[in-house]
Parts: sequence; structure tokens; C-alpha cells
Amino acid sequence: MNKQELMARVNEDGFLDEVCSMPGAECVRWCMQCGMCSASCPNVSRMEYSPRKMIALIRAGKRYEVLSSNSMWVCASCYLCTVRCPKDVKPTELMHTLECLALRHGLVNRKTSVPAMYRTFFDSIRKNGRVCEFNVMARYYLKTNPIAALKMLPLALKLLSHRRLHLRSQKIEGIEQLRAIIDKARALGGAE
Amino acid sequence: MRYYSYYPGCCSRGTGLGYTLSIEAISRPLEMELVELEDWNCCGSTPSISIDELAAICIGTRNLALAEKAGLDLVASCSCCYTTLNRVNHYLQLYPELKEKVDQVLAEVGLEYHGKVRVRHLLEVSLNDVTFEVIESKVVNSLKGLRVAPYYGCQLVRPDLGFDHPEFPQSLDRLIASLGAEPTPFTLKSRCCGGSLTIPMLATALPLLHQLLDSAQSGGAQCIVAACPLCQTNLDAYQAMVNRKYKTKYNLPVLYFTQLIGMALGIESEALGLDTAIVSPESILARR
Repeated sequence: MNKQELMARVNEDGFLDEVCSMPGAECVRWCMQCGMCSASCPNVSRMEYSPRKMIALIRAGKRYEVLSSNSMWVCASCYLCTVRCPKDVKPTELMHTLECLALRHGLVNRKTSVPAMYRTFFDSIRKNGRVCEFNVMARYYLKTNPIAALKMLPLALKLLSHRRLHLRSQKIEGIEQLRAIIDKARALGGAE
Repeated sequence: MRYYSYYPGCCSRGTGLGYTLSIEAISRPLEMELVELEDWNCCGSTPSISIDELAAICIGTRNLALAEKAGLDLVASCSCCYTTLNRVNHYLQLYPELKEKVDQVLAEVGLEYHGKVRVRHLLEVSLNDVTFEVIESKVVNSLKGLRVAPYYGCQLVRPDLGFDHPEFPQSLDRLIASLGAEPTPFTLKSRCCGGSLTIPMLATALPLLHQLLDSAQSGGAQCIVAACPLCQTNLDAYQAMVNRKYKTKYNLPVLYFTQLIGMALGIESEALGLDTAIVSPESILARR
């Protein structure tokens, strides 16, 4: 089997092409697997696959393994891998792409509650235009783990007593305009 | 007087209240007129980039389109807003097919954006427009003897937007020195505080915060200075939790650089919102 045949086979369901077609993720093709990203990542120990391994798996066409892993959800977007990469691959942006793809294909990792938090945050933007931190935190904890909400109560009270929790959401005037933007973008981008 | 459009961000009336108050208090003395961007919306931040790329870019572009009409540089005080809005500009420039879709979405609601807005961070504006020399000349209450750990965090200096070094930045160090205080050695000054992961992944974020506090303390700092409401909230509000988990006794007030400037300019602590800090800055205020 020559190289072209091999590539066609691993990419038979088009996963590599699909990833590379997303803005910021085309760089997967020129990664040289040095592992600088994994060595720089503050959260790598919590990831199922390190950033370097994720790239290797994408190139091997492993759609399910990649999209159902927890790795991208653990990324804190600190961009240390990105500024250190000697080949200008952008692993942080790649992680964002993989999060979007995992949602689109319904393969989101079930053990992490990060997607639930991100969704709550995103819904809050669509609802009011601005994010009410208290609202997002409360709704997220109630949705995922009400017991954790109890544990966070002292912290919330501390913030409240220091005037740092706004309890009421602030709606922007152009909220209908913003909602139209979001809905149109989602339809155009092929969101679920 | 210099004029800017100002993008306060969603934390500005909540967790970041101390930042907002101190920015309001120092902008006049530093001859900056920060005009709040009318009817701004959330920048989108990391969560929306992770949910839907196109929607995230469009959400950010609405702000840039509004700012373009105003015709001024757009100044963000939150590092996350700064990076997110810059990313929007960058992506629209880099990917014409994405730009086409965004234009199509905006046209539906009667907006357009031509890519002319420069998004800047308040610290960068203080450094390059106001200049630290001018700030130094306005100091009436030198912070001599105060040892301050400069915390840059991630998205102020990364991905590299060019105003400071992405791993070993110096601007906050220089600012602290120009106020008469002493910037302390802080090895982890641009390492991650966990960002928004403190909420869904507390067990992952706490060790990061522990390392940061340890690094700041071992450099001899009496307080930490931050330039982002998320960094400040994580280091300040979760400090007690770090102490409980690691059996440590950190008692490091975490101030905004704008509060530190305000103190040196002789502005009342009430106007600077120093009372909003959870780890009380009384110790550093009293010793002076």
C-alpha cells in the first residue's frame, strides 16, 4: 500500500478532512509530534489523551476516540502550547474545534460536566445578551450537582457580602437583534 | 484627553466590581476618557467558542460593528474579552470564507463590519498611550516598601498579541516600580489560574491556584496584582479553599493594577472599591 492509499483508508469517513476544514484546525497536518504542547499543558495529567496524542489520533482517523474523550474539555485555553509550538500548530484552537465537533456529532464525553457549564453560559448570552455570573453558576450547579451547590454556598455568600454578585440579569436593548444573529449563525453553521 | 470606546465585559458589575470602580476613579487623572460602548453584548468568551464557532465569531463581531461606528479604539479591561475580541478580528482577516458567512449573518440584522477596530487591553493603553513615566509623575503617595507580585495570567499575553513577552512579561513589573513599590520575583507570573474551570472542574483548578500562591509567597510578596477579573476572582475568592485543602495559611490580598495606581495617586480606598476584595487588603493599607 502506498502512502496515498494508506491516507485514503484512515480517512475513509473523512474525519481528518472534517477537522482540517475548520478555521484554526488546519494545522493538524503539519504537526511534527514533538510533544511540546503536552509538556507545556498545565492540565495534561487530567486528560485521557495528551494534546500530541490527540493530533496523532486525528491523523489516524479515530473519530470516536477523539470526539468522545475528555481532553478538549479539560483545556483551560491558556495558550501556552500555542506560543511554544515550533511548527505554529495551534493546539488551543484545535481543542475548541473538537469541542464543537463533539457536540455536533453527539459524542460528548459523559464524565465531564464542562460542556454543561459552557451550554449554560451560552444560553445565558442568548437569553440576555450579557452573562449574569450568579445566574450561570446557580443554574449550572442545579443542573449537574445540587450537592456541590451547597458546598459553594459559603463562597457565593462571601462574594455577595462584598457586592460582587449581581442577582438580576441585565438584558441588552438589542437582544432581539443578537438572538437573530445567533440563530442565523447556528443555522448557517449546521449546528444541531 | 484621549478618547476610547470602552468594553467593560460581563464581570464589570459583578465579580469585577473593584476593577470597574478603580478604572472609573483613575481614568480622569490619567487623562483617558473611556466611553462605554453602547449596548455591548458578551464577547462570547471561551464557552461559546467551544459550543459553536460561527455563532461565537458573530456574537463578537456585533460588538466590533458597534465600535466601528464610534470610530475609536476599543479598550477591554478583562483579558478574556481582550483575547476573544482580538481573535474575532484575526479570524475575519485570516479566513475569507468565514468572513463571508459572518457578513451574511450581520446583513440580516442591518449591521456591517469592515475590520477597522483595534482591540486593546487597558494595561497596554496605560503602557503605550498614557505611559508609565507620566503615571510616575502623578504619584503623590509613593508605595515605597510594598512588595507586589505581578500576575499576568494567560490571555493578557497569550496568544502573542505583541505588547509583552508571552512567557516572561515585564509591563506590570515596570508599572509596579513606577509607583514606588517593589515587583517581587514571581516564577509563575504568566501561568494559568484555571480560568472558568474553577466552576466545573474545581479539583483541577485548585492545584493551579495553590502553585500560583506558593510562587508569589516564596518571592516575598505582600500582595498580588492582577489585570483580569477572572484571575483576580480565582486567586482571591478561592484562596480560603486552597488554604483548607492544602493546610496552608496564605493571606495574600489580590488587587487590580488599577487599584494599585489609584492608591499611589492618593485616591480614597472607597472610590477604588478596595472593600470588594475578599482577602482583606487592610494589612497593606495599614502599614503605610
